[in-house]
Amino acid sequence: MHTQTLALDRLDQPGARQWPRYILTGLAIFIIGLFLLLPLAAVLIEAFSEGWDLYVQAINDRYTWEAIKLTLLVAAVVVPLNTVFGIAAAWMIARFQFTGRGALTTLIDLPFSISPVIAGLIFVLVFGAHGWFGSWFAEQGFPIIFAVPGIILATLFVTVPFVARELIPLMQEQGSEEEEAAIALGAGSWTMFWKITLPKIKWGLLYGIILCNARAMGEFGAVSVVSGHIRGQTNTLPLHVEILYNEYNFTAAFAVASLLAGLAILTLVLKSLVEWQQARSLERATQ
Amino acid sequence: MKRSFSILPGFRLASGITLFYLSLLVLIPLCALVWKTTELSLEELVATLTNSRVLASFRVSILTALAAALINLFLGFVIAWVLVRYPMPFKRLFDAVIDLPFALPTAVAGIVLAALYAPDGWIGSFFTELGIRIAYTPLGIVVALMFIGLPFVVRTVEPVLQDLDSQLEEAAQSLGASPWTIFRRVLFPPLIPALLTGFALAFARGLGEYGSVIFIAGNMPMVSEIVPLLIITKLEQYDYAGATAIGLMMLVVAFIMLLVINMLQAWTRKRTGKL
Repeated sequence: MHTQTLALDRLDQPGARQWPRYILTGLAIFIIGLFLLLPLAAVLIEAFSEGWDLYVQAINDRYTWEAIKLTLLVAAVVVPLNTVFGIAAAWMIARFQFTGRGALTTLIDLPFSISPVIAGLIFVLVFGAHGWFGSWFAEQGFPIIFAVPGIILATLFVTVPFVARELIPLMQEQGSEEEEAAIALGAGSWTMFWKITLPKIKWGLLYGIILCNARAMGEFGAVSVVSGHIRGQTNTLPLHVEILYNEYNFTAAFAVASLLAGLAILTLVLKSLVEWQQARSLERATQ
Repeated sequence: MKRSFSILPGFRLASGITLFYLSLLVLIPLCALVWKTTELSLEELVATLTNSRVLASFRVSILTALAAALINLFLGFVIAWVLVRYPMPFKRLFDAVIDLPFALPTAVAGIVLAALYAPDGWIGSFFTELGIRIAYTPLGIVVALMFIGLPFVVRTVEPVLQDLDSQLEEAAQSLGASPWTIFRRVLFPPLIPALLTGFALAFARGLGEYGSVIFIAGNMPMVSEIVPLLIITKLEQYDYAGATAIGLMMLVVAFIMLLVINMLQAWTRKRTGKL
C-alpha cells in the first residue's frame, strides 16, 4: 500500500513540538526491525553459518529436490484452479444481484478464519481410512489421505479466498457500464471478457495470484495433517523444513527455509510492483 | 436462485462453477465435521470437551491470542500512524516489509523465531540475563502470534488514517486545541472501528495458528499446548472422535469471530465510507 505524508501535518511546522514524531518514528522502525527484518536476516545467516559448501550440500539432497518438485506441482494445480474459481465467483457476486449474495461472500471468506489444522482434519474425515469415501478410494488404488491428492485438496481449501477476495471489491468499484455497453453493441460474451473485463482487472488478478501462490507453496498446518510425512513422496518444502529441524539438522533446515524466505521476498517485491502499476493505471484513468 | 434482470452474460456459467467448487471443497467437508460429531453421544462430547487437558489448551490458545492481539493493537497503530503521517527514510521498504508475515511460510517463521528467542539465541540470551525465558513457554507463543498478527492491524488502520478529513483537524487547530486534544477528540474516534477490526482479525488468526507456534511453544501439555496441536495429537492417536469434537468447537469459535469481524467491517464502512 502506497502511503503519503499529509502536507498539512502540523508537526512539520516550526515551533510545533517535534519529540512525539521522533519517538513514534523511532519506535516504528525499532518494531519493524526487531520483529520483521531481523527474523528474515536470521534465516539467511543461519543458513550460511556453516559456509557455502554445506549450504549447497543441504539443498542438493535427493529429498530436498523431491520436496521442491512436490511443492511446485501443488502450486501448479492449486493456483490455476483457484484463479478460475476467483474470476467466476467475482463475476457472479460483483455483476449480479441475487438472494444469498451476502451469505455466499461469507462462505468464500470462511477458509481464512478457520484454523489450517481444521482444514486438514475435514479432509481426513471425508477421505481418511475411517472417512466417508476413504476406503472406496483406497480400494481403487487411489488413496487421497497421506498422498498427494490430499495435499492438493487441503491447499486448495486454505487458498480459496485469495483471488476472489481481491477481485470482488475491485469489480464492484469499477461498475459494469463498459461491459453492458459492449454487450449492447453486439459483442459476444468471450469477446467482452477478453477485451473489456480482463484488461480492467488484470492488476488485481495478478495481485491475488501472487498471494495465492505464496500461500500454496508455504502452507504448513493443513498439509501437515493430511500428508503422512513420507520422505520423497508426500513431503512438501515446509514439511521438509520441519523434519530437518526436528532431527536437529539446523543448518540444513535453515538452508531449505532460505529457499522459502527467498520466495517470500520475491512475493513482496512482485506485490509492490503490481501495487505501483495499479496506482499508475488508476492515475491514467482519472486524468 | 432468484436474480434481478441484467443484460450481462455468464451468470449461469459463473454461478455453476462457484457453487460446484465451494460445495465440493468447503461445504461438504465442513458438513463431514458436523456429521461426525453427531456420531458422538452428548456425554462423550461433554466428556471430551471438559477434559482438563482440552480445557487447558483452550485457555492457552485464547489467552496467548488475546495478549498478542492487544500488543499488536498498540504496535500496529503506531506503525500505521508513522507510515501515513510522518516523513521517514526508506518508507517504501518499511511499508512493503509489513506484509512479510503474510508472505513467509509459517514453518520458516516458526524455526527462526525459536532460534532467535531460545535461551542461547540472539534475543533470548538478552532476556535470559534478565531471568526471563521466552522460547518453550507461553511467552514464546505470544511472540509467534505477535509476528503473525502485526500486519492485520497495520493494514486495516492505514487506509482509514489516510482518508481522515483534514478540515476537522485544521478547524480544531485554528480553534486553539493542543495536539494531544486534537488526537484524542478529533483523530482517534473515527479510527476505533478499524482498530477493533484489526484486533479481531489478529485474534482470530492467532487462535487457529499452528506452524509458527509449535516450534517455539515447547508444547507442554497443560502449560504451552495450543488447541490445533492437541487436535493433531488426537489424530495421531487415532482418537478421531476427540479430534472431531475439539475441531467442531474451534469451527464454532471461527464462525463467531467471522460474524463479529463482518459486523465491525460494516461499522467501519458506515463511519468512514471506506474498506
